[in-house]
Amino acid sequence: MTEPRPADRVSRRALLGLLGAGAAGAAVGAAGAAGVAVAATGTIGAAGGGGGASAYPFFGAHQAGITTPAQDRLHFAAFDVSSTLDRTGLIELLTEWTEAAARLTQGLEVAEGGATGGSDYAPPVDTGEALGLPASGLTITFGFGPGLFTDASGADRFGLAARRPAALEPLPRFQGDALQPERSGGDLCIQACADDPQVAVHAIRNLSRIAFGRASLRWSQLGFGRTSSTSTSQTTPRNLFGFKDGTANLKAEDGSLLDEQVWVQASDSPAWLAGGSYLVARRIRMIIENWDRVQLGEQEMLVGRSKGEGAPLSGGTEFSEPDFEATGVADKPLIDTNAHVRLAHHSSNGGARMLRRGYNFVDGNDELGRLDAGLFFLSFQRTPQQFIDVQTSLAADGLNEYLKHVGSAIFAVPGGVREGEFVGQALFA
Amino acid sequence: MTRRALAASAAVTALALALTGCVAKADLASAIPVEITDDGCAVATATASAGAVTFSLANAGSDVNEFEILAEDQLRIVGEKENVTPGQEVEFVAQLAPGTYYTACKFQQVGAPIGLAEFTVTGEASAVSDDEQALADQAVTEYLGYVRSQAAELLPAVEAFAAAYAAGDDETARSLFAATRVPYERIEPTAEAFGDLDPKIDFREVDAVADGLDWTGFHRIEKDLWPPAAGDLNSDGQDALADWAPSTHEERQAFADGLVADVAELHDLVTADDFSVSLDAISNGAIALLDEVAAGKITGEEDWWSGTDLSDFAANVQGAGVAFGAVRTLAESKGDDGEALAAEIDAQFAALEAALSEYGSLESGFVNYAELTDADKKALSDQVNALAEPLSQLTHTVLGVAEPEAR
Repeated sequence: MTEPRPADRVSRRALLGLLGAGAAGAAVGAAGAAGVAVAATGTIGAAGGGGGASAYPFFGAHQAGITTPAQDRLHFAAFDVSSTLDRTGLIELLTEWTEAAARLTQGLEVAEGGATGGSDYAPPVDTGEALGLPASGLTITFGFGPGLFTDASGADRFGLAARRPAALEPLPRFQGDALQPERSGGDLCIQACADDPQVAVHAIRNLSRIAFGRASLRWSQLGFGRTSSTSTSQTTPRNLFGFKDGTANLKAEDGSLLDEQVWVQASDSPAWLAGGSYLVARRIRMIIENWDRVQLGEQEMLVGRSKGEGAPLSGGTEFSEPDFEATGVADKPLIDTNAHVRLAHHSSNGGARMLRRGYNFVDGNDELGRLDAGLFFLSFQRTPQQFIDVQTSLAADGLNEYLKHVGSAIFAVPGGVREGEFVGQALFA
Repeated sequence: MTRRALAASAAVTALALALTGCVAKADLASAIPVEITDDGCAVATATASAGAVTFSLANAGSDVNEFEILAEDQLRIVGEKENVTPGQEVEFVAQLAPGTYYTACKFQQVGAPIGLAEFTVTGEASAVSDDEQALADQAVTEYLGYVRSQAAELLPAVEAFAAAYAAGDDETARSLFAATRVPYERIEPTAEAFGDLDPKIDFREVDAVADGLDWTGFHRIEKDLWPPAAGDLNSDGQDALADWAPSTHEERQAFADGLVADVAELHDLVTADDFSVSLDAISNGAIALLDEVAAGKITGEEDWWSGTDLSDFAANVQGAGVAFGAVRTLAESKGDDGEALAAEIDAQFAALEAALSEYGSLESGFVNYAELTDADKKALSDQVNALAEPLSQLTHTVLGVAEPEAR
């Protein structure tokens, strides 16, 4: 294997001369200034090619796509880095990804004139399927998997082993796990969320293409129908069990609770991850054909909420706090001891909460003619332990009979990107 | 080869570029309308200025047609646009140096040209520096020599292989199969440029069936040499024994003779005095060879019965490497970008060859493709992608096409 000398390694985009240094920054400069406030203010007007639809700033104190009001569509991708990549090459890749993401999230092509403005004798730099589409609320969120710090053989490929967050370990085995290696793990991840699936796919497709030779897709997942609200401005959507999901989710408006539960603090270790978060991704297959034969009363008992309103079975409306002490006939608890809402609730988990951001998926059907459907669970938390606590507690969840966890991954999501920087730059400082 | 490759062969010959220093983007406003009918080919103007000449083709006829630009000798095709379907309107750009040409159409894409008309290109040839012209000439000379040497290597190898097969010496024929194909796979895009020759030599069964062709050539013989067992499937999932039976002695002789004759014809064509290749055909040929790998070899569909895909894979990569080598000096002459591109392509070729060498070599043979795990195949595919991306920029760089905007 010939490792290209650093001097020979020229960014593909630089090679084409289509993207001048700082061009991406300039295009979104005004938007970047508002980045810090994005979580609270929601959408801003489109900068550049957004065409009037929602565009979120790429730059800011935190990466977008976490407290951003959950968009309707997802394309999530996990990558393995090439065995030939070195530290310089990794930094170049992250730099090119950052430049491209800063443009794409503003509804722009991956490089100026990228789709049709280039040479007739070279492939277009941008694949083109998002031409004419607005930014569609696209956010692109990057994360680093355990393998980036130490690979499977224990090698420190990028001189990062000493900077690995102690908590960034592959998740322990949980009840109901039937994990498939080809749907699990990954050295790098990109979460692309948008209100138009074509825009999300365009982002992952082009970022994957930029990475050819440096990182390749390990697994990827399309999602539709957000299964959580991340802002009080949003109504609560339903998952494929037909129940409202995410009623009690952490939301952008939760202020100090986000600092307590979602964002890695400057006082936490490691310092480079401050302003970031830990992302857990789980591909949870739902055996929906069986679920659909469950009586309504039992469905509600298993979940602990009413199917229509989403109110806890202890009474009230959707946003009423569940009363786990309330009892009914024969002193039986109104919310069953194994109900999902009880086991997942922070009061059952030492106060641990998460910001969930999952999506429904249906990837065709399996060989038995059952829909390959389920929940692509995504959660952001200050420490992986929060997820581990809740998931451990869910071992007794009555819903488990209808669930199978087939994919699992964990990533450290670095803090927000400042203009002129690349994502995760503090890790390499 | 693949169906896709066949369709792409048009592109290889589409632009017989008189080497130009700088090609402007086509000016669509000045496109010359061409009204195509079943028995006519009306080009609105019979003159144009040298450079990128855009034709706006409209097929008002009843069936598929083809637009051609012929050289003054009315034989050599300097540019063509195939598969213009009824009702279709499509732009076609030809890079034309000053001189006399002929335009024509070809109803149903066969037979004699229809509506042959003189077409004059005026003005100055694009300036090409002596050095650049010399480099271009050298590239063409070099690659032409390679194509001819491979064709010359191919012919006797095929004769020996075909003789063993026809004589029923299957063991010998099987041992020769992979090595015999190597010179062919190295220059496959050139063979594909000769329309019907590649399908006869190298079509896979599923493609021949889909195209309604008699299935002949290497892969027909391959299936006789590695016959399927009951229950085996073709690459398209169909019963391998459906519409297929082991060839009789007479059929074997016919397939053997046919392959030798087709390869001999290929040899005659590429060794003819008037045969040449254009600069972009060389660099596009390198890209096409990698496409071959990515489309057919990496999936194991090429040599479905013999499992010798890695040999074809390695030969495609070698051929692409030679084609790149022929134009690399020219690429490097295009400034820092050209040098960086050449260095990147070099590095990725080396990485791909190293990855392949884990499974054998052309000299000693490769492992059967069935022995590779999905992870092995993905690692090779990743490396093909790593090479194909920079390689896809080669034509643009070699032709020295100016960016549409200042850098």
